Amino acid sequence: MTLLSHYNYWVVILLMMVGFYTMISRGNLIKKMVGLNVFQTSVFMLYISMGKIRGGTAPILMDAHGESSETAHVLYSNPLPHVLILTAIVVGIATTAVGLALIVRIKETYGSIEEDEINQIEAEGAA
Amino acid sequence: MRIRNLFAVVMMAGIYSLLSAGLFTIMDAVDVAFTEAAVGAGISTVLFLGALALVGHHERKPGHTPLLPLIVVLVTGGALVYGTMDMPPYGDPGNPVHHHVADHYLEESPHEIGIPNIVTAVLASYRGYDTMGETTVVFTAAVAVMLLLARRPRRPEEEEDEA
Repeated sequence: MTLLSHYNYWVVILLMMVGFYTMISRGNLIKKMVGLNVFQTSVFMLYISMGKIRGGTAPILMDAHGESSETAHVLYSNPLPHVLILTAIVVGIATTAVGLALIVRIKETYGSIEEDEINQIEAEGAA
Repeated sequence: MRIRNLFAVVMMAGIYSLLSAGLFTIMDAVDVAFTEAAVGAGISTVLFLGALALVGHHERKPGHTPLLPLIVVLVTGGALVYGTMDMPPYGDPGNPVHHHVADHYLEESPHEIGIPNIVTAVLASYRGYDTMGETTVVFTAAVAVMLLLARRPRRPEEEEDEA
């Protein structure tokens, strides 16, 4: 086990932190959503990279009739993370759609999509 | 992150998504790759552009210095990198993730399901309830979006009072 054998996790963490930083440091709501998407994709990459086997191939059986004598000596990557991530991508686009709809409503109500301006309007309304 | 024009930001996000789809292909996840290319780079970019058309595409210059978020991110990233020291190495066939149900799917799905693409077999048959729940999530999201956007002409007199 060498140190470089974990580079896939480090790439994932780098991307994840870029998305995280975008989310918590920018006041613009659209930019926050883009950051959230980057974060999501980094999690997808984490799962897919865990499913990869060196020298393996895509998990589609070579013999269409499924005879195990033909398929036994082919190395396939793990199909399970792929299935989970397919579900996660679709759920991710659903959350993105709801978030963008919320942003559109916020723009209509407050006339701004900047976080601090909205806070200011809220404070003025309360005072 | 420093780009102020949100159209450019969204386009860069689309390109990033397409690149990640290419990365998925390299890591043998072809099904995930074309879903990411269609959904991540396609539909999501269209959704963002539609939202931008409604809210305008200019970001104001941020007032505060982003020093605290930077520290938070660096500490979290450092902790995560420390955590990877216990993770199994990349691409090793002996990793624990490959030895619970994945072997069963690879060996038995041709006999039990009878289609060559194992990802499809697992998605639609072994984890069929999961996929049905996913459809429910998409339906819920669609209902939520419609509810949020359909209430537009609500109480115009109050908004005039505030303005």
